[in-house]
Parts: sequence; structure tokens; C-alpha cells
Amino acid sequence: MVMQLTAKQSIHLPRIAEIVRVEALSDREKVFEFKFADGKDLGHRPGQFVEISIFGIGEAPISVTSSPTHKGSFELAVRATGSVTNALHKLGKGAKVGIRGPFGNGFPLETLRGKDLLFVAGGIGLFPLRSLINYVLDTRKDFGEVTTLFGCRSPQERLFCDQLAAWNACKDMCFMETVDRAPDDSWKGNVGVITTLFPKINIDPAKTYAIVVGPPVMYRFVIVECLKKGLAEDHIIMSLERRMKCGVGKCGHCQINGLYCCQEGPVFTYAQVKSLKEAV
Amino acid sequence: MQNRVITRKDLAAFVDKLIETKAAGDVIGIKAHGNKYNFGPLKKAVDLRLDYDISLLPPKKYFFPQSETVLKFKVGDPPDVEPVVEEKKLCIVGVHPFDIRALLLMDAVYGGNHPDPNYFLKRNNSTIIGVDCLNPNPKSFAASMGTATIDEGFDLMLTDIGDDYFVTVGSNRGDSLVKKYARTREAKATDEEKRDRVRKDALKKYRVSLKMSPAEIPSLLEDNWENPVFKQKSDTCFSCGSCVMVCPTCVCFDVQDDMALNLKEGERFRRWDACMLVEFAKVASGENFREHREQRFRHRMYRKGKYLIERYKQPGCVGCGRCATACLAEIASPAETFNLLKEAK
Repeated sequence: MVMQLTAKQSIHLPRIAEIVRVEALSDREKVFEFKFADGKDLGHRPGQFVEISIFGIGEAPISVTSSPTHKGSFELAVRATGSVTNALHKLGKGAKVGIRGPFGNGFPLETLRGKDLLFVAGGIGLFPLRSLINYVLDTRKDFGEVTTLFGCRSPQERLFCDQLAAWNACKDMCFMETVDRAPDDSWKGNVGVITTLFPKINIDPAKTYAIVVGPPVMYRFVIVECLKKGLAEDHIIMSLERRMKCGVGKCGHCQINGLYCCQEGPVFTYAQVKSLKEAV
Repeated sequence: MQNRVITRKDLAAFVDKLIETKAAGDVIGIKAHGNKYNFGPLKKAVDLRLDYDISLLPPKKYFFPQSETVLKFKVGDPPDVEPVVEEKKLCIVGVHPFDIRALLLMDAVYGGNHPDPNYFLKRNNSTIIGVDCLNPNPKSFAASMGTATIDEGFDLMLTDIGDDYFVTVGSNRGDSLVKKYARTREAKATDEEKRDRVRKDALKKYRVSLKMSPAEIPSLLEDNWENPVFKQKSDTCFSCGSCVMVCPTCVCFDVQDDMALNLKEGERFRRWDACMLVEFAKVASGENFREHREQRFRHRMYRKGKYLIERYKQPGCVGCGRCATACLAEIASPAETFNLLKEAK
């Protein structure tokens, strides 16, 4: 049992990173760009998360929204919801925070390479998915047909609007978006929940993997649509939200049945999730 | 390593020697606490109560304290952050086999891919002197769980064989402590027979038993997710978390920051947390993945009977009976729930 360890190997010790850019995405969401003092990359895979520390407030698990193809810095897009995220929202360029991670399994890049991809993002589910979408666009020749669907509640809640516009104009990818409700005529796009986009897409189920990230309620309906399209259960990939406190499989908060979301997840196939209880 | 026999008087002298010399570190022992028992610093061997049933809290608290500072920080540009890892060398006297079994599970949890220095810098240097439990707690079912005796995880194991204690030597560390500080004699085959008989007799004193083999529990749970037993049992649950707080195999913690009054420095600490508390699985968006007490109750039963065994290949419940003793609603005993599920089949 003897394990030679030192204090420096503390599972709780973060690295210090500096905020080099802040951009408001909406009333509630901002994107923060970070750099480590030593200039090192975070070294993440799309779909992984970090624990961000605001010293004196605490830590919160946040998925990485930038692609690992972007070097020298990384981005976290954050909704101000709890004490840590609200404190982070008050910080500006030059502020220093703690970062632990990256943690979790991330999206299965090896499985996805060479395949057609259907991305389905609901609301801030776009944040982790953006990392993978931009990774795929940056290594485009490694993948087949790519379709991205994005849905949010209203035009005001659209996120990364410039990015969405760029994706819309992008010839490498079919992009569609919708809003649940449009309060006035200024919105010219699709209106309706995200499942209303499914009849408009054409995919080859044998070659396609769907990567779905959104709130629990969205999974219930989107998975049905994916299955209707003929996708196999292990071709539907989801990222689940849990309260990861330690990130290293100890604290127990992120347990889904016998699994630790921070270790075996947060990315699971529907085939896996189906066999779990209380997953979504 | 040769097993030994020690007289009661020489055992007391041995423990007093350990206290005096700190040869194995600070000595912790099982002591009376009113009409209950608990582990605490031992000042003299005469305070030891090796005939106890269970301690209020399991000895895991010495390696995984109820609350533990893990970082100290000063805010500023940049913030100054230092890990805090308290190293300890302890000699814990009077640990029951089922609690040793639970410590072996803790080792697996706090080891693995991300080994935790806060745990191992206390655990590695510590000496475990066990004692066989001859007066089981009325709620204990360790005999059924196969955890009432153990042949690993200790440096020395004491068994009260009447006039003397049998000393099973479990490690080189234990061996050299005995050789250096204790007056003992070599154990003979007849002593060993005595020890085995005493152990066997103690197994008969357990009043709660499982109506199945422990190996059957994971599949029993697998087949019973929807069983109304979970709802029935948890209807009176206070969601107080007592069952978790006294459990030797509960390993979960919360992490929080505490700021000094000067608002310039502070510390991050972790403390025991409980999956039976309503907030445990709640995320910032407000979603609570185990909102109802039935879900939390079932999760705890699955954790004890299935998840931990499958993950770490070690029992997730050691049958000590502490949860059942602590529970005001009298619903916490895993044995009771497992038996009800078995009967309902």
C-alpha cells in the first residue's frame, strides 16, 4: 500500500492562470480566455473540463470551450449561476485564478475520425461542443460530412453569435439553428424546439455519430429523434452534467450509479446511459 | 514472523512503552466515552477498552479527518497558493477486523490514478494494532459479511484468549515492535487453536444476519431497482446523514473555502459529506439528480451493496452496525434492506 507522495502532488493544488480576455456572450454568460504563467497549453481534449478556483470563494467545474488546436491559451464560457461563477464574472483582464485539470474522458476522437458527425447543442450545451466543432473544422479532412444543430430558448439567448454566423457561412459544415420562441418579427430564422430541425437534415445513419449536449430535458427528446433517424445507440454520444467537486474520482458528488462522471465521463454513449439509472 | 502470546499485564506494559517512547508515533486507543466507546489519544494503557463493541466513529478519521485544510492561499497578484498536507505517524490500538477491512477500501479509493497525499502521508506511517471483536454490537452483522475476522491490513492483531492475548503478527513493523518493546512468548499450536476457537465462538454472538451470501448482494440489488422496499424504508428518513457520518466505508467529501477576517488570506478545506443530504447531487442550474429521499436511500444501499464492490473489488459495507445504531428512524441497516429485498423475491 505504501505510496511515496509529497505535498506538491496534492490533488487540490491548482495552477495559476491569468485572464487575458473577457467577452460578454449575453446577460448571463461570458467567455474568458486564460493563459498559464509558464505559457504551457492546458493539454485538453474536447469535452474535458477544468476546476476553476476563485480563492476565497471556491471551485467550480467548467467545460473547456476552445479547441486544443488553438495553442497558447484556452477559453472557458461560463454562465453566472453559483457563487464561483458569479465571482468569476466580476473579474476582468489581468485577474489571476486557479485551474486544475483537465479532467474527464472527453469526446472519443479516435472513434469519430473518418465518420460523419451530427452535432446537437441546446443552450449552453454549445460551450463544450464548441471545442469539438472547432477541432473538427480545424482538422476537417479527418472527418466526413458534418452537420450542426443549435437551439436556444429565444434570440436573446443565442451565444457566440459571431461564431454561429461564421459556421452558417462555412461551406465545410451544414449548420442550422432554431429558437424555442421569438417574441417579435426581428428574428427571421427557425422557430420551434430543436427537434423540429431533424426532419430537415439528411444523414447516413451507418456512418454518422451524433454528439448531443444540452439540458437533461433536451436529451429525452433529441435521443428519440436520433434513434428515428436510424442511429445505433452507441453512435449517440452525450455529455452529462454533475457536480464534480474534486475532479479525481474521490469526493463522490458526481456519481451516476457506480460511475464517477469526472472519471468515466462526462462523455457517455447513449448505449451506456441507457443502462444507467438517474443519468438524465 | 512468529505469532506470540502476551499476558494482560505485559500487554499493558507494551502499550505504555509505545506511549512513552512514541516508537510507532502518537498512540491512539479505543477508550470508554460515557457508556459508548471512541478512539482518542491514549495517555496510559489502562484506559484501553479492548472488549468494546463498536466505536462511535471509525478510525478512518485519523487518515481522512472530519475536516482538513488542503490549501492555504493569499489573494494578490498573483495569488500565493500552498498545499497543506499534514503528515502524521500514529499507532492505533484496538481496531476491529471490520474496520481494518474498511481501511483497505479507503486505501483503494484514495489511491488509484490520482493518489491523495493528504491521506497517504498519514496512513503510510501508521501502525495498526487490531483486536478481534468478541462482544459484537447488537446491530452488527459483520459475521454474515465475512468481515468479522481478517488476515491482512494490520501490523499486530490481538485476540483475548482468556488469561492472555494471542498476538497475530501481520507485518515486519509489528514484528519488530513486539520484539523490541514487549515481553511475549512464542505461540504454540494449542494457543492458535484457542484463538481460532474464540474467534469462531464470537461469530455466534452476532444477532443480525444476512439471509444470503454477501456475494449475492450485487445481483440482488441489480434486480430490485424498482422494489417498493426503498420507498417504504425511506418514508421516515430525516435525510440527516447520520448513517453516513458514522460509516467506515463512506469516503465522500465536500470542498469549501474559508476566508480570514482580513480578506487577504484564507484556506481551502475538505470535510466529510453525505449522499443522504438533499444538496449532495445538486448542480448549479438547480437540477438535483437525487432530489427525493427514496433516491438517496436507494443510492446509499446500492453504494454499500454493489457500486463499491464493483469498482474496488472490496466490500462496500463491512457490517459494523454503526449506521443502524445512529439512525433515529431505525431504517439505516443495509442488512435489513437486503433481507427485505431477498424476502420480496
